[in-house]
Amino acid sequence: MANSDTFQIRTEEAPLLPAPVSTTGVIGWMRKNLFSSISNTILTIIGIWLAYSIIAPFIQFAFVDAVWTGENREACLPQDGGHSGACWAYVEAYFPQFIYGRYPTDQTWRVDIVFALFALLLVPLAIPSAPFKRTNAILFLVVLPIVSYFLLTGLVIGGAVVLPIVETAVWGGLLVTMVIAVTGIVASLPLGIALALGRRSKMPIIKLVSIIFIEFWRGVPLITVLFMSSVMLPLFLPEGVTFDKLLRVLIGVTLFSAAYMAEVVRGGLQAIPKGQYEGAMALGLRFWPMMYLIILPQALKLVIPGIVNTFIGLFKDTTLVLIVGMFDLLGQIQSSFTDPTWSTPSQGHTGYLFAAIVFFVFCFGMSRYSIFMEKKLHTGHKR
Amino acid sequence: MSVMEQDSAGAPARASLVNDPKYRGYFYQLLLVVLLVTLGYVIVTNTIANLERQNIASGWGFLENTAGFGIIQSLAPYSETSSYGQAIFVGFLNTVLVAVVGIFFATIIGFIVGIARLSNNWVISRIAYCYVELIRNVPLLLQIFFWYFAVLRAVPQKREKWSFFFDTFHLNIAGLRGPKPIWEPGAEFIGYALIIGIVATIAVSRWARKKQDATGEQFPVFWTGLGLIVGLPIITYFVTGMPMTLEHPNFVEEGPILRRGFELGVGFNLIPEFLALTAALAIYTAAFIAEIVRAGIQAVSHGQTEAANALGLRQGPTLRLVIIPQAMRVIIPPLTSQYLNLTKNSSLAVAIAFPDLVSVGGTVLNQTGQAIEIIGIWMAVYLSLSLITSAFMNWYNQRMALVER
Repeated sequence: MANSDTFQIRTEEAPLLPAPVSTTGVIGWMRKNLFSSISNTILTIIGIWLAYSIIAPFIQFAFVDAVWTGENREACLPQDGGHSGACWAYVEAYFPQFIYGRYPTDQTWRVDIVFALFALLLVPLAIPSAPFKRTNAILFLVVLPIVSYFLLTGLVIGGAVVLPIVETAVWGGLLVTMVIAVTGIVASLPLGIALALGRRSKMPIIKLVSIIFIEFWRGVPLITVLFMSSVMLPLFLPEGVTFDKLLRVLIGVTLFSAAYMAEVVRGGLQAIPKGQYEGAMALGLRFWPMMYLIILPQALKLVIPGIVNTFIGLFKDTTLVLIVGMFDLLGQIQSSFTDPTWSTPSQGHTGYLFAAIVFFVFCFGMSRYSIFMEKKLHTGHKR
Repeated sequence: MSVMEQDSAGAPARASLVNDPKYRGYFYQLLLVVLLVTLGYVIVTNTIANLERQNIASGWGFLENTAGFGIIQSLAPYSETSSYGQAIFVGFLNTVLVAVVGIFFATIIGFIVGIARLSNNWVISRIAYCYVELIRNVPLLLQIFFWYFAVLRAVPQKREKWSFFFDTFHLNIAGLRGPKPIWEPGAEFIGYALIIGIVATIAVSRWARKKQDATGEQFPVFWTGLGLIVGLPIITYFVTGMPMTLEHPNFVEEGPILRRGFELGVGFNLIPEFLALTAALAIYTAAFIAEIVRAGIQAVSHGQTEAANALGLRQGPTLRLVIIPQAMRVIIPPLTSQYLNLTKNSSLAVAIAFPDLVSVGGTVLNQTGQAIEIIGIWMAVYLSLSLITSAFMNWYNQRMALVER
């Protein structure tokens, strides 16, 4: 240990060196996530090529080669033999039909009001921090359907025409899509709750009936349900009684989605701890007050994401009504293809692209909302 | 406590029947039964009256009548002179065909996308994410229309073709054509060889497991099985004198213009309706399967991987022996319900006139007016499919639960 006095001992901390350039910033991120190994690099290159080969033609079709204005098919015909892009002029010309169907043009303001009211009441209902939830819900679930019904179908009081009658046969486009999806979900909610409670009931007959009902509707495809409601339902009714076609479809859709709703609600009911039931019973509450005051408010809050997901499914499934001869958004687009005024090679692609964009915007938005609610509700239950 | 309450509490428990939950239960159930019976009675009497007015004889007799319409694709012998019953059976077979092929491809695509979604590679996981979100949020019917009216109309016309896979498969507006196996006498031995191979593989894998349990020695089951299942039929094929030949589609390029194109009935042909429907169903369902696979793999906690690594298992065995068996437990139940969804969604075939159960049934319904019987057949078929599936799921869940602890 003779040389111990020659040891150098640093008394101050050395200055911190910056991390190597290759591990930070964009370069570091790329090295870590894109080029960490040879196989990863190959995957990255394949992925970029794949994305490019899909996105580039799409942009070419939808934007670069697209025709934005025009009077008829002449504008959208391929110039000098090449492939032409999207014919947005056709969508523009048909836009009112895609929204309202054949609803009388001078009456479409009624549809606009319904859409506006719907949005106006839905937005505060969907924002968790907005006040007056109960009033809002009652307005949305009870008042809005009644007002919309009279606004859309017409109102005649004592022979005086307040709003001219509009037959449902001329409804179409997004209007029909929204009416079927929203009515289906709103009407199936109470039925679904009743079925879910029935399935968890201790009374054997009620339980059995609920199970049979739920499993029956969940086991068959929607299209057979629609056929059933349009072909079989009239046979069940006494002579002389007829239902409107839209109403028949609505009944089928409601019964169908009630079964799915029941399973969603049942999931919520099962998630409520038994202590809640026992606590309510210890307070002397009977079955319905217990459900109404204690269990359902908690269970329904938990299943909001599930309800939204059911709604997304139903919203997409409304397209099936075109098979039984109704014109929803897709049906309206499909039927516009027969119009020779706009017949071009790109008409079909443009129409489907427009439909896809509309459905994607609605469904993706709703699924984001559902995820947001799920996260929010999740933290609400954490201790 | 007030005096009155004390009085009532002290009185013997003689609650009236109205307040007894047991009797209230009986009452409500009786009420429900009465309501349902009344509803059923009203519906039945109305239906009978309506059918009489429309001169429709209810019953299954119509199934024997001659159908009189052609079906563009059938797996069973069928002609216009066949009966309605045969037509519906052909439709049912087509539904099964679409479901099986769709499930096969949906599973493959779904697993690839689901795993890609968890990839460390940012580009790959983004592409998988975009695929899932785009496909899930666009209605299936729109996708079927897209494939049928937009994509399959862009392929060559009848007198031209696109060929791929070394000129063995050809695509044009009339569908996909490829070689068709022609079985000659003696070919049944190949089938027997295949069955023997499969049985032998199962036996070998059982024996290998027992051996490993007893001695710890491993036996290459995979390669033995591959040899038995693939090799045995191939050997039989040569031993029996090659009783199977391939019939390639015949593309006529010369001669009168109307004769050009593929010769009818030569080689095997998939009609464009089938292609569009299967493609749309497989791609749509794959997006849902991908999410199920991702959730299943994520449900296996990271500690399992670490424990496996600590035991000295390499990447491959860790996945095969630790992660996948546990992930499958989470994956299989929702996966079966997706399979069921695909089967039910195959009923959308009616929109592009592919002759499935619903489509053929709809034609029969229009011709005969036997609404109740036809819809009854539909419901019965789909319900039994879904009941069988849920029975399988229950069985599987129970089996898995036993393994757990």
